[in-house]
Amino acid sequence: MEVNSIEKGIVIDHIRAGFAMKVLEYLDVDIANDTVAVIMNAASRKYGKKDIIKIENVTDADPAALGLLDHTATVNIIENGKISRKIKLSLPQRVVNVVKCKNPRCVTSIEPSIPHVFRLVDAEREEYSCAYCDEIAKVL
Amino acid sequence: MGTLQGRDLMEPLDFSAEESEELFDLSMRIMEDPKAYARACDGKLLATLFYEPSTRTRFSFEAAMLRLGGRVIGFSGEQSSSAAKGESIADTVRTVACYADIAVMRHPKEGAPLVAAQSSDIPVINGGDGGHQHPTQTLTDLLTIRKEKGRLSHLRVGLCGDLKFGRTVHSLIKALSRYEGMEFYLISPEELVVPEYARKDIANGNGSRCMELTRMQEALPHLDILYMTRVQKERFFNEEDYVRLKDSYILDANKMKIASPDMIVMHPLPRVNEIATEVDDDPRAVYFKQAKNGMYVRMALLMSLLGVEN
Repeated sequence: MEVNSIEKGIVIDHIRAGFAMKVLEYLDVDIANDTVAVIMNAASRKYGKKDIIKIENVTDADPAALGLLDHTATVNIIENGKISRKIKLSLPQRVVNVVKCKNPRCVTSIEPSIPHVFRLVDAEREEYSCAYCDEIAKVL
Repeated sequence: MGTLQGRDLMEPLDFSAEESEELFDLSMRIMEDPKAYARACDGKLLATLFYEPSTRTRFSFEAAMLRLGGRVIGFSGEQSSSAAKGESIADTVRTVACYADIAVMRHPKEGAPLVAAQSSDIPVINGGDGGHQHPTQTLTDLLTIRKEKGRLSHLRVGLCGDLKFGRTVHSLIKALSRYEGMEFYLISPEELVVPEYARKDIANGNGSRCMELTRMQEALPHLDILYMTRVQKERFFNEEDYVRLKDSYILDANKMKIASPDMIVMHPLPRVNEIATEVDDDPRAVYFKQAKNGMYVRMALLMSLLGVEN
């Protein structure tokens, strides 16, 4: 399968196979207007299979959100047809307004003006806890 | 004195072990000579923001402030506050901070006092947030243990009853796990076992261990402390489950016979029927002393957060 290279934009490579749509959802991409290529289950020497996302003309991405979703993915920012910047992802210590607390007893369920804040509590299990109520959330 | 000035108290571990020790030392000094502190908070105003009913915690805070020579304003029950008009927690607290020097909040939603603390410059104390944390109860419990057992390490602690929704239990586990060599006996019906985060607190503790049991009798001979809790009706979604479980864990004189002669019985109160009244006369029952300790530790807390001279 062939997908043309882009002049300007963002390429997220080495996404865990099957997770591209989830990543796209979190990136808050305007799929009605932006040019987006989603390649799923592409062959990968490193992982066997991988997903890739290419978004044309968009160069800002929230590394915290991306790291939370898949910290093994690589993010390349493309300008003038070349990689201008590589973003190394890691599990963020703190994420704001990416994950919503699902605990019905949490104050975030009644106080609309406050941000949803999660802190990393277990990097191995990729678990975060709500800063307000300590509810554990697994992101994926 | 000084390190706690201007701080908030949201969780039992907000204060270091050393800071907690200072607080307990001050509590003991107040207990020994209350008259010496009768004007310590002269001119200071405490706001009690109680969005759900509570008698003991509110009275304990109010008594603490009044006994220090300070004054109290506040509301009890959401209907009597501007929250009934739809005001946010943040806005209520910003307004209250214009009048009061310090505030204590109880709220049914978990994390509400943190929102209050983030929205104002005055010290905010968590007076209990839903089933989450109740740090001043924890300070009360720790002071009682230190006073009665003479130490806060190497203790075998049985926690019995509603361990799922009982906020006092979660706070106590978190605080005690910080001390060396604690052994927890978690005694509850399967429906009311401790949540995962409490188990994590034990696992991350200072060499703490835990055992989960469904029968109180198996644990009793081994315990230094038995901490009883009420099976709270308001935490259940239906009446049937409440009726089925409420009497499962009752401590009576017969059960006390198999406990160690040095074991103390604690309870955050109010009690319903989980401790038979016949146990009250047993010298090992310390739950009413515990309530009194609660007032003294709150006096020490108010003084420390306000930074008034000792």
